[in-house]
Amino acid sequence: MMGASGIQVGDVVVIERAHLERLFDALRQRGYQIVGPTVRDEAIIYDLLRSAEDLPIGWTDEQEGGYYRLKRRNDAAVFGYAVGPHSWKRFVHPPALRLWRAERTDGRFRIIEETETLPPFAFIGVRSCELHALAIQDRVFLEGAYVDPVYKARRSGAFIVAVNCGQAGGTCFCASMNTGPRVTFGFDLALTELLDAERHDFVVDVGTERGAELLGDVPYRAASDAERAAVDDLVAHTAAHMGRTMETAEIKELLYRHYEHPRWDDVARRCLTCGNCTMVCPTCFCTTVEDVTDLRGQRAERWRRWDSCFTLDFTYLAGGRVRASAKARYRQWMTHKLATWIDQFGTSGCVGCGRCITWCPVAIDITEEVRAIRESESTGSAPSPGKEQ
Amino acid sequence: MVPHPYRVRRRRRETHDTFTLELQPASREGMDDERLPLGQEDAERDIPIASPQPPSTVPAFLPGQFNMLYLFGVGEVPISISGDPADSTTLAHTIRAVGTVTAALRALRPGDMVGVRGPFGSHWPLSDAEGNDVVLIAGGIGLAPLRPAVYRILAERAKYGRVVLLYGTRTPADILYRRELARWRSHFDFDVLITVDHALGNWRGNVGVVTTLIARAPFDPLNTVAMMCGPEVMMRFAARELVRRGVPVDRIFISMERNMKCAIGFCGHCQFGPTFVCKDGPVLPYRGVKDLLTIREL
Ligand SMILES: Cc1cc2nc3c(=O)[nH]c(=O)nc-3n(C[C@H](O)[C@H](O)[C@H](O)COP(=O)(O)OP(=O)(O)OC[C@H]3O[C@@H](n4cnc5c(N)ncnc54)[C@H](O)[C@@H]3O)c2cc1C
Ligand code: SF4
Ligand code: SF4
Ligand code: FES
Repeated sequence: MMGASGIQVGDVVVIERAHLERLFDALRQRGYQIVGPTVRDEAIIYDLLRSAEDLPIGWTDEQEGGYYRLKRRNDAAVFGYAVGPHSWKRFVHPPALRLWRAERTDGRFRIIEETETLPPFAFIGVRSCELHALAIQDRVFLEGAYVDPVYKARRSGAFIVAVNCGQAGGTCFCASMNTGPRVTFGFDLALTELLDAERHDFVVDVGTERGAELLGDVPYRAASDAERAAVDDLVAHTAAHMGRTMETAEIKELLYRHYEHPRWDDVARRCLTCGNCTMVCPTCFCTTVEDVTDLRGQRAERWRRWDSCFTLDFTYLAGGRVRASAKARYRQWMTHKLATWIDQFGTSGCVGCGRCITWCPVAIDITEEVRAIRESESTGSAPSPGKEQ
Repeated sequence: MVPHPYRVRRRRRETHDTFTLELQPASREGMDDERLPLGQEDAERDIPIASPQPPSTVPAFLPGQFNMLYLFGVGEVPISISGDPADSTTLAHTIRAVGTVTAALRALRPGDMVGVRGPFGSHWPLSDAEGNDVVLIAGGIGLAPLRPAVYRILAERAKYGRVVLLYGTRTPADILYRRELARWRSHFDFDVLITVDHALGNWRGNVGVVTTLIARAPFDPLNTVAMMCGPEVMMRFAARELVRRGVPVDRIFISMERNMKCAIGFCGHCQFGPTFVCKDGPVLPYRGVKDLLTIREL
C-alpha cells in the first residue's frame, strides 16, 4: 500500500544527517515521547531526548570483560557505539512499578488497580539484538496464558527506530546467537549510518505503514543500489568483527548434561553474586513484590521491582533457601539463559549483547563459561553425567 | 492480577499450628464492597457472616490448584485450596503458621477480610485416573491439597477402583482433619493408613515414615495412579517405593512447592529447571522431574 508519503513498506530511502531532527519533530508532533541513547555519567544510557543533538554524537565506547570507557571518535557519528548498561526493558518492564493500592475503612478494604496513561514511546537507536530481546520478553509477558497489561500498553504503542550496527562492541556476540547485527524485524524504521569524508546520511528501511507515514514529514530520497550495497558491506564487516563468539550447537543438551560440573565451583569462587548481569541483561525479567502500608495502616500498596536470581532470598521457603550457594545461583542464571529458556519459551534467553560480560565487576564471561564446559567434554575432564544416587 | 476481597466465614483450628480458613466473596462485584452498609461488620464479628446480598459463588477450581492469599499490608502467599470442589459458596484453605504472613492469617477472625487471587496451576489427574486404583500419599500439610481430590473421588466413587490414603505426620498431635479421616476410614471402600514419625501419648498406630506404608497398602500396582504431596525427600522416596512395587513411573504425580511472587509466570521465582511450578505445576508428572529432583540446589 502506498502511504501518504508515497513510500511503501519495504522501501529503502535516504535521509541526510541534517534532516535527522525532522524525524524527531515528526515523532514529537505525533505525540511520542522520544527515548534514546545519550551520554550520562560516563556511559551511554537510554533516556528521554529533547532533540537529535542529545544523541551521543562523536562518542564511542570501549568494552571488555568488566571494562567500559567512553571515547571521543574522530568523526561526528550519531550511532557509533555498541549497547550500554541500559536496555529498553526499563521502559516496557519498569524497574519499579506500583501494581495497585488498597484502602482500609472499618475493617474492610478496597483495591484500586493502577491505570497508566502514558504517551507512547518512540525508541531511537534500537539494535538488532535488542529487537530480539524485546521479542523474547513479548513471549514472557504477552504470549502466555496471562498478559501483563503494563508491558502490553508500553510495548504495543512504541514506535521503533532501529539501527544497524556499524561496529561491534568488544563483548558483542550477536552473530553467534543469530540475533544480529542486521535488523530484520520488529521496527517501524531501520537506519544505517553512512559516514565518510563526503557524506553523512542514513539509509532507511521502511518496516511499517506507520513508519512510511512518518516519512511524509521528513525529507528523503530513494536509495541507490550502491547505497544498499554499502549497508550490506557495513553490516557484514560488523558481523566479522564480533568481540566474542559462542558455539551454540546443542547448547541446551550440553548444559543439561552438566548440572554437576567442576566449572560451576570454579565460577562460584569468582562470582560476587552481585546480580549486575541480571540487571543489565535485556531479557532477564524476574521481579519481586513488596507490600507496604502507611504508618496508620489505612493504605497499602503493592510494588513490583526487578529482582535477580542471584539474591539469596529469591528461592526462600520457610526453613531454608533452595539455591543457597553461589554455585547454584550462577548455574541457575546461565542455565536459564541458554538452556531452560529454550524449553520454556522456544528461544534462547541470550541475544549475545555482551552486557553481562562488560558489567560484571570481576569479568565473568558467559561465552568463556560455555566454552570451558564444552571443551571439558572433548578433553575428557568433564565428569560423566550424574547418575541417580 | 489484583486480589479480590473475601471475608473469613469461619476459622477452624486443626492442630496447634494449623488452621482452616473458610472464605466467602465479600461482594458480588468481587472488586469492591462499598455497597455494604457501614458498621455492619462490627455487629457481625465472631458469627458467620450473613451477607446483605445473595451469596455469590467462588470461582470453580480443580483439586490440586492453589490461590494467592493477601493480607492487607502484610503480604501474599500461595496456599492450596483444601475444600470441596463441589461447594460453590465457600473457599477453604488449610494453613500452617510458619512465618509472617501465615501467622498473621492465623490471627484472622470471622468477618475479617483477605484478598484472593486464583485459582492457579495444574491439578491432580483425577479424570485420567478413572478406572484405576488410586493411591494418595500425604506428608504433613501436604494432605491439604489432596483433600479436594478425596472429596471428588468420594463423590464419584464408582469411577475408581481401590482407593487408599497414606498419611504421615511428625507426631499424633499433627494429624489434620481427624474427624474426616475417621469418617473416610469408615467407608468400606476407602482405606486410610496413618503413620507418625514420633509416637507420643497413647498412640497405638504405625510409627515410621510414610514410605513404609506403601509395601502393605492394598492396591494393584499395574493399575494404579499415585498422587502425592509432602516434603520433597518424602516424595522422592515414596516414588521410588511405588516404582519398586511396580507402579509405572508415568502414573505418579507429585505436587511441588517453590517461592512464588506472582503465580502467573512473570516473576521467575518458582522455577525448577525448565518448570515454572506456578503454571506448569504445582502438580507435576513425576517422570518429568524425577532426575531434576536428585540435583542439589536446583
Ligand atoms: C503451590 C503452593 C501451595 C501451598 N499450599 C500450602 C497450603 O495449603 N498450606 C500451607 O500451610 N502452606 C502452603 N504452601 C506454603 C506456604 O506458601 C508458605 O508456608 C508461606 O508462603 C509462608 O509464608 P510466611 O510469610 O508465613 O513465611 P515466612 O517464612 O515469613 O516467608 C517469607 C516469604 O517467603 C515465601 N515463602 C516462605 N515459605 C514458602 C513456601 N513453603 N512456599 C512458598 N513460598 C514460601 C513467601 O513469599 C513468604 O511470604 C504452599 C506453597 C506453594 C508454593
Ligand atoms: S546473557 Fe549476557 S549477552 Fe546474553 S542477552 Fe543477557 S546480558 Fe546479553
Ligand atoms: S556473574 Fe558477575 S555480574 Fe553476574 S552476579 Fe556474578 S559477579 Fe555479578
Ligand atoms: S510464581 Fe512467578 S513465575 Fe511462578
